[in-house]
Amino acid sequence: MSSSTDKTVKLPAEPPLVTGNLGFHDITQLVSYHTEKRPPSVWYMALAVSSTLLCILLLMIAYLVWNGVGVWGNNNPVGWGWPIVNFVFWVGIGHAGTLISAILFLFRQQWRTAINRSAEAMTIFAVICALLFPTIHVGRVWVIYWTLPLPNQMEMWPQFKSPLLWDVFAVSVYFTVSLVFWYIGMVPDLATLRDRARNAFKRRILGFFSLGWSGANRHWRNYEKTYLLLAALATPLVLSVHSVVSFDFAVSIIPGWHTTIFPPYFVAGAIFSGFAMVMTLLILARRIYGIENIITIDHLEKMAIITLLTGTMVGFAYITEFFIAWYSQVEYEQYAFLNRATGPYAWAYWIMMSCNLLFPQFFWIKRLRRSIPFLFVTSIIVNIGMWFERFVITVTSLHRDFLPSSWDYFNPTIVDILTFVGSFGLFLTLFLIFLRYLPMVSMAEVKMVLPESDPHHYDDNHSKSEPH
Amino acid sequence: MLKKVVQNVKASMGIYQAREDMVYGLLAEYPNPGALVSAARKVHSSGYRHFDTHSPFPIHGMDRAMGLGQSKVGYLTLIGGISGLALATWLQWWTSAVDYPMNISGKPFFAIEPSIPIMFELTVLLAALVTVGGMLAMNGLPRPYNPLFYSRGFSRVTDDAFFLHIAASDSNFDLDETETLLKEAGATSIEVVHDHGYSEVYTL
Repeated sequence: MSSSTDKTVKLPAEPPLVTGNLGFHDITQLVSYHTEKRPPSVWYMALAVSSTLLCILLLMIAYLVWNGVGVWGNNNPVGWGWPIVNFVFWVGIGHAGTLISAILFLFRQQWRTAINRSAEAMTIFAVICALLFPTIHVGRVWVIYWTLPLPNQMEMWPQFKSPLLWDVFAVSVYFTVSLVFWYIGMVPDLATLRDRARNAFKRRILGFFSLGWSGANRHWRNYEKTYLLLAALATPLVLSVHSVVSFDFAVSIIPGWHTTIFPPYFVAGAIFSGFAMVMTLLILARRIYGIENIITIDHLEKMAIITLLTGTMVGFAYITEFFIAWYSQVEYEQYAFLNRATGPYAWAYWIMMSCNLLFPQFFWIKRLRRSIPFLFVTSIIVNIGMWFERFVITVTSLHRDFLPSSWDYFNPTIVDILTFVGSFGLFLTLFLIFLRYLPMVSMAEVKMVLPESDPHHYDDNHSKSEPH
Repeated sequence: MLKKVVQNVKASMGIYQAREDMVYGLLAEYPNPGALVSAARKVHSSGYRHFDTHSPFPIHGMDRAMGLGQSKVGYLTLIGGISGLALATWLQWWTSAVDYPMNISGKPFFAIEPSIPIMFELTVLLAALVTVGGMLAMNGLPRPYNPLFYSRGFSRVTDDAFFLHIAASDSNFDLDETETLLKEAGATSIEVVHDHGYSEVYTL
């Protein structure tokens, strides 16, 4: 074809999304294989560690439910201690999955296809960990259903003007929609596993969950539309969830919390920490499972760039808070921020600043963005920093309130620490089970980004200029 | 009459009626997505309507080649979203201003501003659930039984194979003629699919 008449701007060629010259069958094989063979010994070792942590978590919850929330370090004036910090930390991590699966989908970022499945899985498991903390924090776990608007003999309803109730709705809707999105995206791949299964029992289970999918185009037509609509619904949803979480703080009148910058700043921080967690998990998974051709170094580099962007946004928000505190001329606000940076929790503040604002700046250097050991270390540092961000926000604002006589220093108890460590056990156990039994990469979507999937690839002259 | 309507609705989901002699249709395999699109175009222009293509991933331009319009799922999303919004508005207004009004620091019993988060969340929740439910209903899923699964080669459709299926319920269907058409369109293999289990259950 005469490509000289083509007026479209030629962009520099993108590196191929899938390397190693893989065909359709190679992708099926490479991904499905891991759910069919015995997992590598590293998997068993990881499961041993994570399930031990999970047992610790269960023990801690049992201990807490038996004794009450007094076993935690929460006390006057710091009534919101680690449980809220952990809640915000985990729900933030979840955001990267939805960002990758929904927002990057709407922006036609095709590189997402390699990582969206595992990132969405991570979202769901992180939100499970997040939901755990407020649930056990209410004290009487057995009446947690009082947060739902259910008719009852007291004829009372939940207080819909309370941000805490908004949180119940926001996080549970987020969980439900993410789960549905994840499952619907997985149906074609479950059908692939079903068609490969040799064991009748396994085929039956997979047959049930794959809903009788046969790859029919009449089905793909509605399916793709549904996927697009779910992405469009999940996009504002993910932005709203952390905004609502930030309302828990911003709607109060505590200095350091009562700021309008909170929603966007929380959302940026959530994406930042979530991408770091995706990197931590995928750097390990791609190496152990040998899928470096599907989750390539280019994918990791793109994630590093997003981490740099969101980390800088978060750092900008930290500095803006200081500026506004000074500019507002509100004495309490100014004190809250000075106290953050120089008071008894200055150590936590500067851990947060260096991990979140300074460390990601190394990603301006291309060589570091493409160095796997460096990416791995940074991804962990970022999550340490983000945990401290929530700690700083929650604890420093509360420990010195309007009444100096009640000022105190917050100390976590061993139960606090073990519960948090145990929540990683829950998260990692779920993730390891996912890696073992479900396709960790969306096979149908990766096949779709291969050049061979384009019908015009087979035209005689290989031209792609025919209008669609 | 009603039976005809039900059959048409089922056909739109890709569930076809087998012929008296249990022939469900002809299943042809094509080597690649390009060949499948041109075969679908040919089959559609020859007047067939009860046919479908099966592929491991959605193929660009296939809807047009098969003569299918836009998916209608979006209307359901809109209905779901509006119901969610209405439910949230009613729930918050009725519980806090009608059923059990409580004076909290002199704030109005019901106002739009503090109601927005819940309105938003329930709008998204119902829109998403109705979209997914509607998609499954329009596709006739879950459908654990499908006569095509009797074909041995068909299990590769979720891996790397591309199939075109013309159902015997199509008014133009004729074993020999249809087979010739599929062959001319470049099929690498063609087989007749029989519907065994279905008729055993539904002989009533």
